[in-house]
Amino acid sequence: MKIVVNGEHADTRAATLTDLLNELGYADAIVATALNGTMVRAVQRRATALAQGDRVEILAPMQGG
Amino acid sequence: MDAITMKMDPVEFYGTTVGSRLLLGTAQYPSPAILTEAIRASAAEIVTVSLRRESGAAKAGQSFWTLIRELGVKVLPNTAGCKTVKEAVTTAEMARELFGTAWVKLEVIGEDDTLQPDVFGLVEAARILSRDGFQVFPYTTEDLVVAEKLIAAGCEVLMPWGAPIGSGRGLNNPYGLRSMRAHFPGVPLVVDAGVGVPSHAAAAMEMGYDAVLLNTAVAKAGDPARMARAFARAIEAGREAFLADPIDARDMAAPSTPVMGRAMLAE
Repeated sequence: MKIVVNGEHADTRAATLTDLLNELGYADAIVATALNGTMVRAVQRRATALAQGDRVEILAPMQGG
Repeated sequence: MDAITMKMDPVEFYGTTVGSRLLLGTAQYPSPAILTEAIRASAAEIVTVSLRRESGAAKAGQSFWTLIRELGVKVLPNTAGCKTVKEAVTTAEMARELFGTAWVKLEVIGEDDTLQPDVFGLVEAARILSRDGFQVFPYTTEDLVVAEKLIAAGCEVLMPWGAPIGSGRGLNNPYGLRSMRAHFPGVPLVVDAGVGVPSHAAAAMEMGYDAVLLNTAVAKAGDPARMARAFARAIEAGREAFLADPIDARDMAAPSTPVMGRAMLAE
């Protein structure tokens, strides 16, 4: 299934957002997620199914001013 | 300021008391080690942070977050770069989950050359976030009408700009900032952005501002830790000066040495 992760095209077999995070090596990482512009809380990721063309954002803590 | 004075003169943001009146940004430092040194040298208790797309293998965000947690400082997540209300609100929601704080430095940017706040979007986003339990630190201008609307939207802190972000120009509109201080005597006011050198920060504190938030001036200095220390001292000096009730400027000279008793030596 083709989706977009952090602005880049990706091919995934992940069925849910949790699966995708595992697939990309973020299982233990501290990240926040959004699907198609709407935030998905950590507790909702397992129940959030992915579909063809979805846009996923995976954000991490970063330096800021 | 020594530890004893500091305890007597804390500043409060949304019920949280902090000793240092310097809020420091964490971006643009030459290395994580220099960032750490600068935060320590500044004695800042609040640092601003952000959230960005994590890059695959490097996982730079995870090590940054570990570094910040080890320093034991409070974090103020920002919504830097957001240009719409929706972007800013969603970013704030994600930051709240990620950093575990209801604080947010709310930026809604309206114009690229000046990074000037879109004050209309700012007020709207502040209202939505305040209603949702956020404690909003709005990055705004010195416009009093906007400031009133931010207060009405639920903000208990205001952060007017000194000058455009990263410009180092100092306090572009001292009159406007002074008016704001006079208009909101009970609201914590923080000069945020545009500060270039410690004397700019001292000037803000002498006006009665409660704190100063800066990043580039320290991060891009030749010796960031040393500059952080210089800012810490300037902010303490400015605060002390404000509390000491400075004299008013006057146009004409007034002799400081007593005139009475002066010898008459002229021919």
